[in-house]
This record gives sequence, structure tokens and C-alpha cells, in this order.
Amino acid sequence: MGIFDNLPPAVLLFVGACIVPLLKGKVRNTFLILVPVAVFFYIMKLPIGDGLSFSFLPSFGEIEPLRVDKLSKAFGYIFTINAAVAMLFAFYVKKAFQNTWALVYIGSALGVIFAGDLITLYINWEIMAVSSTFVILARDTEKAKGAAFRYVLVHIFGGLLLLAGIVMNISAGNGIAFDGFAYADANIATTLILLGFLVNAAAPGVSAWLSDSYPEASVTGGLILSAYTTKTAVYVLLRGFSGWEPLIWVGCAMTVFGIIYALLENDMRRILAYSIINQVGFMVCAAGIGTQMAISGATAHAFCHIIYKSLLWMSAGAVLYRTGKSKCTELGGLYKTMPLTLIFGTIGALAISAVPFTSGFTSKTIIIAATEHEHLLWPWLILELASAGVFLHAGIKFPYFVFFNVDRGLRPKEAPKTMLVAMGILAFLCIYMGVRTEELYSILPYAVDYEAYTVPHIVTQSQLLMLSALVFFLFLPMLKRTATISLDTDWFYRKGGKLFYKLMDSSLNGINAAVHKSFIGGMVASIIRMASEGPAKILILVMTPYWAVKGIDASQQKELRNEIRTSVETGAFPIGITAWLSVLVLAILFFF
Amino acid sequence: MSNPKKEFDWFDHPSSRRLLWWLLWILCGLSIIAEFFIHRHPHFSIDGFFGFYAVIGFVGCAIMILAAKGLGIWLKRKDNYYGEPEETQLPEDIDGDLR
Repeated sequence: MGIFDNLPPAVLLFVGACIVPLLKGKVRNTFLILVPVAVFFYIMKLPIGDGLSFSFLPSFGEIEPLRVDKLSKAFGYIFTINAAVAMLFAFYVKKAFQNTWALVYIGSALGVIFAGDLITLYINWEIMAVSSTFVILARDTEKAKGAAFRYVLVHIFGGLLLLAGIVMNISAGNGIAFDGFAYADANIATTLILLGFLVNAAAPGVSAWLSDSYPEASVTGGLILSAYTTKTAVYVLLRGFSGWEPLIWVGCAMTVFGIIYALLENDMRRILAYSIINQVGFMVCAAGIGTQMAISGATAHAFCHIIYKSLLWMSAGAVLYRTGKSKCTELGGLYKTMPLTLIFGTIGALAISAVPFTSGFTSKTIIIAATEHEHLLWPWLILELASAGVFLHAGIKFPYFVFFNVDRGLRPKEAPKTMLVAMGILAFLCIYMGVRTEELYSILPYAVDYEAYTVPHIVTQSQLLMLSALVFFLFLPMLKRTATISLDTDWFYRKGGKLFYKLMDSSLNGINAAVHKSFIGGMVASIIRMASEGPAKILILVMTPYWAVKGIDASQQKELRNEIRTSVETGAFPIGITAWLSVLVLAILFFF
Repeated sequence: MSNPKKEFDWFDHPSSRRLLWWLLWILCGLSIIAEFFIHRHPHFSIDGFFGFYAVIGFVGCAIMILAAKGLGIWLKRKDNYYGEPEETQLPEDIDGDLR
């Protein structure tokens, strides 16, 4: 194979992205599906171990664009499988712009996954931020432009934190290798790197970019975006920060935050966006636990999550594609004309809720079992609660309000065939991985000694889910949708940005106006007045007592004053006066 | 009805909705009754009692809904809060069967 043994998979996707704009129509769309399929088989063939590395600068350490182990391979598999099916779903797309950038985006995500050093990681991290911004922009609406602008600003901020951390880490003499950072040696450098990663993981406080931007992307744009940025962040946390205890709590907070906001939300794709935060919370928590079981559980969960979350985005996308609507207050009763979309979407909804015999049940529960093994009571309790909450907001709320609830008279056609096939493949995988656990567990980084299918586990999980469902329907009046949005942390930069602008406007422009008024309008004018009228005024001031002594009356004085003024203005003084004044000045100079 | 092909609207009938309600209650009951026939291995002190997961599911979800409802008073804003224009034209990638 020669050179192909050492080629980072990202390169293949970048090359593919360069070819895409040259192709047309169905050839192009077929090519878009085949590229990730080819890369999937390429990744499968990659031998475990260090692939490609070269020395950059002597003191810098090795640049390693290709490091292959079970963890990176597992993420590589799911990234490419998802890409291929998403491109099949996107077969209807006529323009090349969005999907070209999508290939670059997926490529750079793979670039991060297979990066063995921080420099390669950082470069791919930034390519990911830029290319995903173009994927959002591709929807070409005013809202999408605004969301993309905010999105890229947040990611530039995160990227700068990461860069600062990397630079400090190098200058502290720790080199550029990207391996696990020890929690015991936590310092500013590693903390900054962690914060940079957490921005992309949509941790509380810096999560608003996700729910703000993904729902503004196009039908396929949202689908593609939903899989990569956050899961790449999960990968780097698993690789670099496993066992960092605060991550347990960050993850727990994310699971609850996602549920509460998803319950409040009206837009179906925004519900799914908040549900990503909830799901990624489980994985971040697992990274914090850091045991082999937790790492494997998070990998399995990322794998299954990408599939069922894509399936949910696809069914929401199909509804948006056919109806042009995405708000629960405008949707309802679609089961009548889009039954297949409903069935596939429901399979995704059941899988995300970890219903037995779906992929969520075999993956998410490993993470919960890991908390049990470590006797982490509170994290365990929060994750159990969050599992119940997932069923509420994603498992029932999404299908219920979109496909059932009130019939709003919408009678859209069923989704196009390519969309249905794509959804069918993912729905199959959701069930396949929920049943054939050994195949899922065989690709995990560490062997897991875990049996999901025990009778007690199925019973307790059924109790948890059925009672959650009961609560949903009992509390349905309280869950009635309203045409509202909920304030998130983006409020600070959306409203805060405007406030800052107004403040700067009134303060700086106020100073500017005041300075203009006093200097240009005031001082300059008075200097001009002094220069033009000053001599006449002085003369009048000097002459008035003289006239008074001479007994010249007021009306004559007025005439004389006017005479002086015109003489000064025209500069037409009688020679005598000028000479007299000159003598006066010389006399003053002489005596003083 | 002028439509020659009768539309599938089973879920709209009050009788079907009643049936689904019954089904839901029965499944909840069955899941709890099933606990009599299994032997659980609790990992903590609190999860040992009968019906623990049912309680977590019910109480947890109720609390989360109430919390969301409460926070909603504070967090909810009108759709056009940020003053962004509503798109009147559907973007190109939306078929908009109804447009």
C-alpha cells in the first residue's frame, strides 16, 4: 500500500472536498456518499499504532498527524458512517456549496480524532470552526447569517483559549504530544486547554452557540453539524482529561440543563439541539469518572448517540423540508401523511430514551453502571433522573407535538425516498446495536465487563420510563407549547452586545460631539471673531472715553463706531491713524 | 367526505385516546408488579426499596416539569425578542410542499 498506510483520513476528505465543486448533479451527490464510505474502509484497514510522524523543530517534539488506536478508530468509524448516511439524506441538495464545506468539516473532525500532537489538533480544530460556519451560512437567511456570525465568534474565543493553553504548555517544557493530562498536575496551561475543549462540548455557560446556530442551519446542515463538533470535544476530553473530577459535575449540570431548556422550547430542532447538550453531558461525566469502564461507556454512547441523534434530526429535517415549519405551535397531526418519517423518528426517540432493545439501552447504561462501580451517589442519581428526563423531552415531546397533538390541517407528502432510505438505515442500526451488543462492545477502547440485558435491569428501566411517560401525559396541560423562546447565555452577547454598542455610541460619540461643539463651533469661531472684530473693538474701547470727553452725542458716536468697523474690515485706515498707532506701539515697546 | 381514500385518523378519536390511556396505566402497573419477581442488587443505600425506579421516574419528571415551568416565567420571551426578521421566503433547500 505504501504511502496509503500513512495518510491521515482527513486528507482524503479534503481532497474529496476539492473535487466536489467540479462535479454536477447526481454524480456529485453520489460522490459525496462514496467519499466517506471509502474513508470508513480506509480507517478499518489502518493498523493500530503510531502511523505518521515527523520532526518539526528540534525542541518542539514530533508532529503526529496520524495516531491510530481503538479510541480514535471507534470515533473514526462513526464519523464516516454518519457522514455517508447524512449525504444520502442530502441527495436532494442541488448546490455544491454546503456539502463541500461539510466534507471539509467532517475531514477536520477526523483530523482532530487522529491527531497525536497538539499542533495538528489545533489546526484541525480551527478548520472545523471555519468550515462549520460556512455550513450554517449555506442556509442563506438573515437569521442564519446572524447565528453564524455569533457562532464563529464563540469558536474563535474557544480556539484562542486552546491556543493560549498549548503555547503555555510548550513554554513550560511539556512538548506538543497530546496524551492524557494528569489531574494532579493541573496548571493554567492545561486548564486553558480544557476550557477550549469545553467551549466545543457546549458546557454550561458556553453552550448557547449550539442551540442558537444549529437550528438556523439548513435541513441537512443541522443534521451534519449535530454530530461532529460536540463529539470531537468528547473525544479530546476522553483522551486528554479522563479522571478530571470537575468534569463529572460539568457533565451532570449539562444533562439537567439540556432537559429543562428542551422542555421549555417550541422549535423542534431547538429541542433536539438542547437534547444534544443533555446527551453530551453523560459523556463529559464519563470523562470525569475516567475509569476504563467509563471511557468505553462514553465511546459506546457517542457511537450510538450520533446515530439516533442524526435519525432524530433527519425526521425533523424531513418535516421541515416538506412543511417549511419547525415550531411545535405550527405543527401537529403529521402522522396522517408522514407515517414512515414518524416511525423512523420514533425509533430514534426510543433509542435516545434508552428503551430496552435499542442502542441507548446498551450504551448509556454503561456510563450509569460506571458511576455505580465508583460509588458516586449524586452523579448516579442525577444521571438516572436525566435518563428519565430524556424520555420526557426527546422521547415523547418531540414526536408528540410534531406528529400528534392537534391536527393543524397540514397535509404534506411523505419524505423523499432517499431521505426515507437514510432514516431506515439509521433506524436499523439503532435496533441492531441495541440487540447485538457484542459487536458494539468489540470496537470500544477497553473491554467492558457489562451485561445490559439482565431481567432486573430491564424491569427497572421499564419502570423508570413508563412512569416518566405517565408524568408527561398527566402534566400535558403544563407542557402546552407557546410561541416563545427561552433566554440562554447568548442573551449576554446578543443583548449585551447591543448595549455595549449603545454605550459606546452615546459615550464616545457624545465626547466627540461635545469636543466638536466647544472646539470647532466655539473656540475656532471665537478666534476668528477676535481676529476679525478684535481690532475694531479695541479701537472703539479706546475712542469711546475720548468721544465722551469731546462731547460727541450718542447718535454721532454710533456713526463713528460704524465708520471704525468698516475701516477695520476693509483695512482702509487714513495714513495718519496708522502712523499714530505705529508710534504708540513703538512707544509701548520702548518703555516697557 | 369528498376524499375517496379515507384518511388514517385513528389517533384523533376520543375512544382511541381512552384506549391509549388505559394501556399506559396498565404498562405502568405491570412494570411495578414485575419487581416482585426479580432480585435486585442495589449499589447504594437509597436504591434498595421497592419501586425505587418508579419513584425516581415519576417524582423526578414531575420536579423537572415544574422547574421548567417555574423558570419559564423568568426565561420565556416572545419569538421576536431579538428583533430578527421572520423569513417570508422559504430557503432553497426546503421543498415547502405547502408553499
